This record gives sequence, C-alpha cells and structure tokens, in this order.
Amino acid sequence: MAIVTRAILPLKSSEDIVRVRQATRESAIAQGLSLVDQTKLVTAASELARNTLDYGGGGEVEIARLDEPPRKGVRLTFIDQGPGIADVEQALRDGFTTGSGLGLGLGGARRLCNEFVIDTRPGQGTKVTIARWR
Amino acid sequence: MDKIPILRMGRLLLVTIQVDMHDRLALQLQEDLTDRIVAVRAQGVLLDISSLEVVDSFIGRMISNIAAMARVLDAETVVVGMQPAVAITLVELGLSLEGVRTALNVERGMALLNERLVEEGR
Repeated sequence: MAIVTRAILPLKSSEDIVRVRQATRESAIAQGLSLVDQTKLVTAASELARNTLDYGGGGEVEIARLDEPPRKGVRLTFIDQGPGIADVEQALRDGFTTGSGLGLGLGGARRLCNEFVIDTRPGQGTKVTIARWR
Repeated sequence: MDKIPILRMGRLLLVTIQVDMHDRLALQLQEDLTDRIVAVRAQGVLLDISSLEVVDSFIGRMISNIAAMARVLDAETVVVGMQPAVAITLVELGLSLEGVRTALNVERGMALLNERLVEEGR
C-alpha cells in the first residue's frame, strides 16, 4: 500500500479536535472523496479525536493519504496511552458511555467508515484505525 | 475570545453559526443564548447551521440542549439550513435530534415560528 503523505497531529485540547477535522477534510478532498464521504470521515474523526482526549487523556492522530490504484483513500490512526478499554464490544454499543457523552462515538465512527480496527488492552492505551476509500 | 453573534428580530433571536466550533465556544453559546432569551423575552430562536460542514455528537447534543433550555424558558427553537451531507451523516451516526424542530432555511423557519406564536395567541 502506497502512502502518499503522512502527518501527525497532537490531541491535547478541544482546539486540536477542530484542527483534526480541518486536516481530515483537506486530505479527503485531496483524495477525491465525495462530499458525503468527506463529511462521514470528518465526523468519525471528530468522534474519535474526542474519545482520545476525554477517555485516553490525550494523544495523537496520524493522517495518511493512501494510493492503491485504482483506489484512493484516507487512513486515520488515533493513539493514546490512557487506561484502555476493558470490554470493546460493550464500548461499541450505542448508548454505552463511562463519561458524560451520548455513547455514540465509537459505534457511530465505525458505521461512518469502510475500515475500522481497534486495538486496546486495560492499562495499555488504545489505538483506533479507520479508513475511508473513494 | 471568539463569540457567536446573536441577533434580535422582533420576538425572535437569530443565531448563525459560521465557524467550526470548539467545545468551549459551543458551551459559551448555550450561556449567551439563554441569557439573551431572558433579557429580551424572546419567544423563538432560529439556529442557522447552514455553514456547518460537520455536526458530530457533541455539537448535536449542544443543539438538543439549546432547544431544551429555550423550551424551559418559554421559547421555541427551529434549526435551519442543515446541509444534506450533514443530515445523512447525523442519521448514520445515530443522532436524529429528536424533539428539535427543523426547517429548510431561515425564511421558512421564521414563518414556522411566527405561525406558532399566532396560534398560541401571543
């Protein structure tokens, strides 16, 4: 898989979430995603960025533009060193939250993407990788 | 600090969100708007989100909260101008903004609010 460009952005504050949305939008446009697909990817990015911040205690996101002829896409990897998730199935269920949110973030983000992989263990942090293809 | 302007039009307030909101700005808007509703005794709120390219669950919750808070203060909220791509994404995300009235644009939203005020004899 060819990666055209790769950027890493910090996730330390709620302003960083805005920057991640903007950078994701730019990459989605550059890779030729339709407006609806751009919006889905940016929304998923926003949900996951907030999770990284609120539950992971902050972290970073890697935004990669992928070129795999004939398809093009964007892959986002959210990484934190937080407490991890004990029960991933439960965390993916709509309405489940340990915080004050609506509990739509993780499951919603999965529905909005073509690829969704979560790698987490209690005490080991969380890594969520999503991708959306044109 | 940035602020989202709140315009008064007779008995209605118009809020046009034109920036990609960070969380503090969204919370500030809830405070400012409820203060203004009380200060000018507004009976309706038009929330124009036509410039918003993304509504995630946080902003969706803020919209629902604003509508609920306004209702408690005796003002009706209509959300106007949602972009089609945003509507598709919101529903897929699992948010349907239940209890929030919507209209296609400011003009129709205003007509809806005025009709209701007349119906209620206010």
